[in-house]
Amino acid sequence: MSEVVAAEIQTTHIIDLARSGHRLDGRGIDEWRPVTVEPGYIKNADGSALVHVGATMVLCGVKLEISKPYPDTPNAGVLTTNAELIALSSPTFEPGPPQPEAIELSRVVDRSIRAAETIDLTKLCVTPAEKCWTCFVDIHCLDHSGNLIDAAQLAALGALTHATMPATKFGIAEHDYPLEVRHFPVECTFVRLGDKIVADPTFEEETAGQGRLTVATDELGNVVAMQKGKIGAFSPEEVVETVERAFRHGDRLRNLVRGT
Amino acid sequence: MGNDQGPRHRGRDRGGKPPHSEPKVLVLPGDEIPDRGLQPGFGTYRVGKRLFASVMGYATWREPFVRIVPFAGRYVPKPHDVIVGVVQDVQKTFYLLDIDASRWAPLHTSGTPWEPGPGELDQYLRIGDAVLVAVENLDATGKIGVTMKGEDLGKLSGGTLVTISPAKIPRVIGKGGSMIHTITRLTGTRVAVGQNGRIWVEGPAEGIHRVRECLRIIEEEGQRPGLTERIEGFLQMTGPTDETGPRDPSSEPVDRTRPDRFDEGSSPSDDDPGRAPPRPDIPQNETNEGEGPWEA
Amino acid sequence: MGSVGAKEIPELLNAEGRRIDGRRLDELRPISMKVGALTRADGSAFVEWGENKVMAAVYGPREVHPRHLMQTSKAIIQCRYNMAAFSVDERKRPGQDRRSQEISKVITEAFESVVFTEEFPKTSIDIYIEVLQANAGTRCAGLIAASLALADAGIPMADLVASVAVGKVAGRIALDLKKEEDNFGEADMPLALVPQSGRLVLIQMEGHMTRDELREALDLGTKGCRDIYERMRQALRARYDVPAGAPAQGVMA
Repeated sequence: MSEVVAAEIQTTHIIDLARSGHRLDGRGIDEWRPVTVEPGYIKNADGSALVHVGATMVLCGVKLEISKPYPDTPNAGVLTTNAELIALSSPTFEPGPPQPEAIELSRVVDRSIRAAETIDLTKLCVTPAEKCWTCFVDIHCLDHSGNLIDAAQLAALGALTHATMPATKFGIAEHDYPLEVRHFPVECTFVRLGDKIVADPTFEEETAGQGRLTVATDELGNVVAMQKGKIGAFSPEEVVETVERAFRHGDRLRNLVRGT
Repeated sequence: MGNDQGPRHRGRDRGGKPPHSEPKVLVLPGDEIPDRGLQPGFGTYRVGKRLFASVMGYATWREPFVRIVPFAGRYVPKPHDVIVGVVQDVQKTFYLLDIDASRWAPLHTSGTPWEPGPGELDQYLRIGDAVLVAVENLDATGKIGVTMKGEDLGKLSGGTLVTISPAKIPRVIGKGGSMIHTITRLTGTRVAVGQNGRIWVEGPAEGIHRVRECLRIIEEEGQRPGLTERIEGFLQMTGPTDETGPRDPSSEPVDRTRPDRFDEGSSPSDDDPGRAPPRPDIPQNETNEGEGPWEA
Repeated sequence: MGSVGAKEIPELLNAEGRRIDGRRLDELRPISMKVGALTRADGSAFVEWGENKVMAAVYGPREVHPRHLMQTSKAIIQCRYNMAAFSVDERKRPGQDRRSQEISKVITEAFESVVFTEEFPKTSIDIYIEVLQANAGTRCAGLIAASLALADAGIPMADLVASVAVGKVAGRIALDLKKEEDNFGEADMPLALVPQSGRLVLIQMEGHMTRDELREALDLGTKGCRDIYERMRQALRARYDVPAGAPAQGVMA
């Protein structure tokens, strides 16, 4: 279960290909794999979405429950995000407590949802200081073929966008009603291969990658979150250029999620 | 369990040609099979006098064994197989290689042409190096190791690796090496085929890409008739003079200091490892073509 | 068994002998199986059984982690059954609780009884079962998904293992309990059968049964297992595009 070292010549080949604008699967540098979002996949959950990005598959379930607000935010509900990189999804994952990669994924997805004010947490307050909704966003990676961050965040957004507050179950209201989603953050991850920065990396490209940059954008033209990962560096100019590409991809993916 | 004299390579296989004119007999684990007087081979087990299948695949009866050609399963190392390994660790007296099997294989210093002393091993091979080695028994108990002493064995430089199901390797090689000769000839590449399903390919990037496509076709459609025609058709259709730039018009501009088409006539840039003139490939274990029901 | 709470106990069996979802006592819930559902695993299967959704993956044989668990004469089997946080009514904290650990153990032992582990000394065969949506009988659904995944990975074994739960509902022995039946019924007994030997490799039971009822339940349960077994075989053949009529029956003819 520990990571098997890939052949150096494979890494070199991937980077050489990128230099001339090509990728192993024939995509262009700025091209994504096919993406599908299937909301409502888990009926037990209050909201859910199954996402495919190429062969990568991620499932998110949202559950809303009544609880007590945190003492320092008596007028707000709670949002909590957890991502599991389960051993089922890749030979590189081990069972057990979350590894740093899983923790980073949870936090990066959470950051984009929170920073974009996707949900107004004050609307999740029922009785100040006494009762509020807790919104659990649980992400389960099922098949790891690269770019888990973007797939996970899309699954989370898809699940939230199609979620229903179980108000009757908790005696809060007479009818269930949709969870209000105000903004639509989407994350786009890029990986450096030599002098090129490629969009939607596959597992092999991530392994060969020399730096990873994730940019979250919303529908209003704001950058709401960023995360640089892996060993490698980006110039400020490259960051600016990558942000533009993130908006283009993000807008397209936003339409996909909202349109379903 | 039956004697392990079955086919050398397990792997994902959607089926193959039966021996002679026998119909394919599909079996699932737990199916009872008649032994027809033959000895139990790979993929079978006995309960009293009765014989059963232990894996999913096609049952074959070919003297002296009745065995199953499996649809799936990791590569099982057999002595004399030539395989491609990747160095994972360097110890005092041996290297540890990942050979895409259920265990890593040791390569002792005595099995290398340079026989380094302790502490010198990483001067010759490092973690991440790809090597072409042969499987050998280390001792009488059947413990497996690998050796690099042998013609054409050694470190693989340049090029890249493509991995397919080990069960498809005989199809990749073809009768007398015909399939692999066709592929390398029409793509201007050279290859080293590992029995463990790993294939080293070297040549111009477009050539490598087309080899990769051929291997994908063989893996997915290898059991259907007319494979040779399909491969030749594909290679003729995507000949070296075709425009093969990136499909996405919004992609990054191609580096203008290099040819922006994969044209075999262009000169390689400094970064290119150099396109050596096509050499005869190194088909491995041609005797394996007799193995398995997929050879006519 | 679940808590009753403010809800009334539903009518589990009506006068016509129909259960809460309209099934007869010996009927299975609708079930579909897809072998080879994942791309990274060596073998995999996805099972939808009633409202259960369960995914199983097999990796191996491969190197043992942690190394001290390695056995010199055979492969070890490490099976992990886990429920996703969103799989049940009340959101479940991630991580293995004691119930999941127990289920992991009994499923591991079921497979240790059929897999030919001595063929792969010093390795591990890792089986992962993930419940994505639960509605009673998840360990049975997980077990058959794992069995299919083992076959998909080419791991040699004596036979596929088929599994189903049988129980007692409104005083009658019933096959394949769903959630309300499990919560409000009088007994629940998950079973797993190796049809080649006719033997059971998983037996758990909780509730009240007379000896006669137990015999009846074992009969109904093994019959249910054989039914499931046939569907598993069909699912495996479908993976390799082999039509149902192709020679495999009557091999001994």
